Amino acid sequence: MSNLLWLIPALPFAGSLILIVAGSKLPKKYVPLIGSGSVGVSAFITLLIGMEFITSESGSVIKQVLWQWIDVAGFSPAFGFHLDSLSLVFIFVITFVGFLIHVYSAEFMAEDEGYARFFAFLNLFVGSMLILVLADNLLLLYFGWEGVGLCSYLLIGFWYQEEKNGSAARKAFIITRVGDTAMAIGLFMIFKTMGTVNLVDIQGQATSVWTVGSYEVTLIALLLLGGAVGKSAQLPLQSWLPDAMAGPSPVSALIHAATMVTAGVYLIARTHVVFELAPTAQFVVGVLGAVTLLMAGFSALTQYDLKRVLAYSTISQIGYMFLALGIGAWSSAIFHFMIHAFFKALLFLAAGAVIMALHHEHDMFKMGGLRKKLPVIYWTFLIGAASLAALPLITAGFYSKDQILWLAWAGEKGNTWFFLAALVGAFITAIYTFRMVFLTFFGEEKTQVSHVPGSLINIPLIVLAVLSTGAGFIEVPHSLGHLQWFTDFLSPLLPITIIRPGIESTEWMIQLLAAGLSIGGAGLAYYFYGVRPSLHIQIKNAIPQVHNFLLKGWRFDSLYDWTFVKPFVYLSNVNKNDLVDWPFNALVTVAGFIHRLFAFTQSGILRWYLIGIVVGAILILTLGILI
Amino acid sequence: MILPGFIVSLMGGGILAWIASQKSLVLTRWISLLTVTVNLLGALVVWWQQPGVSSLWLLDYSIPWIPQFGISVHLAVDGLSLLMLLLTFFLGAIAVLISWKEIQNRVGLYHFCLLWVLAGITGVFLAMDLFLFFFFWEVMLIPMFFLIIIWGHENSRYAAFKFFIFTQASGLLMLVAILGLYFVNGNQTGNYTFDYFHLLEANIAPGVAMWLMLGFLAAFAVKLPVVPFHTWLPDAHSQAPTAGSLILAGLLLKTGAYGLLRFIVPLFRDQAMVIAPWAMAIGVFGIIYGAILAFSQTDLKRLVAYTSVSHMGFIMLGVFSFNELAAQGVVMQMITHGISTGALFILAGFIYERIHTRDITRMGGFWKSMPFLGACGLVFAMASLGLPGLGNFVAEFLTLVGAWQATHKFTIIATLGLVAATIYSLRILQKVFYGTQASATMLVDLSIRERFIMMALVVSIIWLGLFPQPILNTSKQPVKTILEVPDTARTKDKSMQIEIVSIQGKGGRYE
Repeated sequence: MSNLLWLIPALPFAGSLILIVAGSKLPKKYVPLIGSGSVGVSAFITLLIGMEFITSESGSVIKQVLWQWIDVAGFSPAFGFHLDSLSLVFIFVITFVGFLIHVYSAEFMAEDEGYARFFAFLNLFVGSMLILVLADNLLLLYFGWEGVGLCSYLLIGFWYQEEKNGSAARKAFIITRVGDTAMAIGLFMIFKTMGTVNLVDIQGQATSVWTVGSYEVTLIALLLLGGAVGKSAQLPLQSWLPDAMAGPSPVSALIHAATMVTAGVYLIARTHVVFELAPTAQFVVGVLGAVTLLMAGFSALTQYDLKRVLAYSTISQIGYMFLALGIGAWSSAIFHFMIHAFFKALLFLAAGAVIMALHHEHDMFKMGGLRKKLPVIYWTFLIGAASLAALPLITAGFYSKDQILWLAWAGEKGNTWFFLAALVGAFITAIYTFRMVFLTFFGEEKTQVSHVPGSLINIPLIVLAVLSTGAGFIEVPHSLGHLQWFTDFLSPLLPITIIRPGIESTEWMIQLLAAGLSIGGAGLAYYFYGVRPSLHIQIKNAIPQVHNFLLKGWRFDSLYDWTFVKPFVYLSNVNKNDLVDWPFNALVTVAGFIHRLFAFTQSGILRWYLIGIVVGAILILTLGILI
Repeated sequence: MILPGFIVSLMGGGILAWIASQKSLVLTRWISLLTVTVNLLGALVVWWQQPGVSSLWLLDYSIPWIPQFGISVHLAVDGLSLLMLLLTFFLGAIAVLISWKEIQNRVGLYHFCLLWVLAGITGVFLAMDLFLFFFFWEVMLIPMFFLIIIWGHENSRYAAFKFFIFTQASGLLMLVAILGLYFVNGNQTGNYTFDYFHLLEANIAPGVAMWLMLGFLAAFAVKLPVVPFHTWLPDAHSQAPTAGSLILAGLLLKTGAYGLLRFIVPLFRDQAMVIAPWAMAIGVFGIIYGAILAFSQTDLKRLVAYTSVSHMGFIMLGVFSFNELAAQGVVMQMITHGISTGALFILAGFIYERIHTRDITRMGGFWKSMPFLGACGLVFAMASLGLPGLGNFVAEFLTLVGAWQATHKFTIIATLGLVAATIYSLRILQKVFYGTQASATMLVDLSIRERFIMMALVVSIIWLGLFPQPILNTSKQPVKTILEVPDTARTKDKSMQIEIVSIQGKGGRYE
């Protein structure tokens, strides 16, 4: 079974190829069949291989090398795959969530004229993402990494006729490319030191090549982090993600929430050995995560656009994952990634259904009262929201987030600030999540429902809702029964977080605090948007600058506009005609001038010639006398 | 015999095509297509039969030409030349195909010029006699001048003269350097010869060698082109007919890169190492400078021309890094850039044939009416920004990995060039294919002939991105030989020779 591994990424690529080549000629009903089918079969193979993997003895990995990609002077990355528990979690999420989103898209995009193109790009994305997480070397990982970047660009700009979609797409590609550049340089450094880009070799040799905290390893870790913050939309390269919502909702769900944006988390987890050798860099990961989760959380509080709330919440939740990575809570980060993929895909898909039902209305303040009209969406959205807000005990989000909170407090590398940031973040999350719920589904109806979604939309929502609740129970904290399936599954690969001694007894207090804050946040949202709806307008009017500042995502766009975009465009335009050409043209002008000057002397007028001869004779005589 | 056969068949085919144009234009086109295709097949056969990667020179052909001056027709092919030949014939065949409908005026003369340019380029890649090399260097210049001036666009006179003067002036410097090398070597050894292999053994005083190298470098730097000698390129590229732009970008620029590898590095290794930091600096400056200029252009062909300036900076960086990784990257860059930039010029040509403008502000929304063209544009814009999976990524990444071994700061700047490449490449897509269509007329998507051309290019660029190893294997041995540091014995020998030369120098034999 394990030699079928290559099929997992190959099938979506094949689907994509078929749709690109023949998409416009195929009957419309075959398009989603090929699109979803290829990913569905991949998911099925993943399941088979996963079964085999779990039942085999722990610590085993599956390797498969397809062909030698490049082999020059010791630089020899292959098209080779490496499946271990970490990549298994990722391919599981990618193929299954991906499949559900494909099914959803079959109905969601049915009226679009770019139907085949959409599925082609979506398949291409899934294939690239699978390569990213299965790659056995950094260069192949980079292949997938850039491939998903391309698909993200293509799908954000899917409705290409609108100018603003195009610029959102370019923004996403260019900003992530900045991070990728850092990552590429990190790759050069790794190759120069180690003579290999193979991930397993790097993992094995790192501790013997570098000492803890050495300058070089810190620099490499920071460069890899540069790539990670770009893809995962963390500070300071987070500003592309809210605009990425210009793409169709399934794209937001799959790429900009569930999978691609967590590529940075994967990269750091995959190279965790490097980060453990560079405590400073790891600390920076934690700080970036903590700051990002708060900043994005505050911005989410002020948004009008339903999808933008979810976008900021994605940035914030990935901030949690980065925080977890920063404190060495490796498996907690991956656990939160998985749970987040379920509930965030659910929320985006449900939001997409709402937006479609309301005829492309994005503004939450023009929604309301949809509870009765769209019951399936309401209930599934509510489950997803509860999971995002981490309502205690019943939601999966509670279990995954609680783990991070606890380790930020109790872990060896945790500290009070990280813990407080995570705690405040949890409170804000609960507020903006339920603000969303109350504005969209409660109150009076402001826009008529024009389209009720069918079963291809409802079924994926229900499946994801089940996962958003049930998937949490595979990892239950000490105080509630102690279950560690997920951590154990990853533990040979990702080290277990060490807890400071004598602190275990406080776990229930932390949980109580977190639970209280999330319920409190939900309650506060109810008070603001259910009980006294005028209150938030008063607050907004009292501090308009602050509101605007948060609404615009802490004005990072303006900052980058003034520091990078405008100078670049200015420099480019001012030199449009290429200054270097000037001296060459000047040479031509001078030559032409002299040419005319001499041509002027050859006028054919005898008098001029005579004057010339006389003047010349006088000059020569004078010179002769003087010298 | 196959080596002179390449050149002679192209020249003969050109004459034949010209004659045939009196009878039938279709026949003219078929003759040129057939000539180039047969050459392509011939080169493929040579590639197929190469006896393993271990042997360096695959074929060699030599007859005396002007024995009194030590000039011979010496042609030889190693892996590097062979790859360049394959590229030349591949792009040559495509050049004939894209001119099928575009050129309706003086068709016979056009195909004569086209095939003679190709013959000149072929000769440049094969000549192992410096006099012969210079001869072919001129052969490719003059027909190109006519291609631009006769079949070019509105400002073609200016562009053609500029191209000619830049190339000719720098070519003269190279001629002086060739003669200098000839006499210096002749004086020393008594064997006056232009033969490349003999001159490789020449021991030249470092001071003299520096001047000689600069003479060669002038010609190659203008051809490549290196900033600040690049300004002929945007004019020539934008004014030339589509096939002319394709050959300029795809092949003529590569002769500069080839010259760096074939002549500068092996003949003047020490001097090249002295100027390496400057050369790399100017290379990375070109990467950034070209990219910034590309961003502001509104003429589609001019824009693509500036991207060439940017991409050729990688060649300077790679050659002067002096290691196998970077040099292999350079070889890949020559091939992949030839294909990807050639393709972009062809796309610009296709668009020009439909809307009769190169102004991107008057384009937009072409994805809707011409999805096939759009998809191809996407592929080559991605190639231009270095997306993995396409050949250019392999080229640029190898160059950068190699350059990192030599210099950190220049590699970092060059890597930033990838971001700049993203910015201008996406601008092309946005302006041409995204947005709403500017003109109301419905445009027809590519015809079958046009699709065939684009598919050939798309398939090859993807193939090069996924399976670059056959190419890298072919160029492995030549690249290693070129970079090979002479053993210590030879260096010692050289230092002795330097003394002798300096004594001779005092004796005034140079005056």
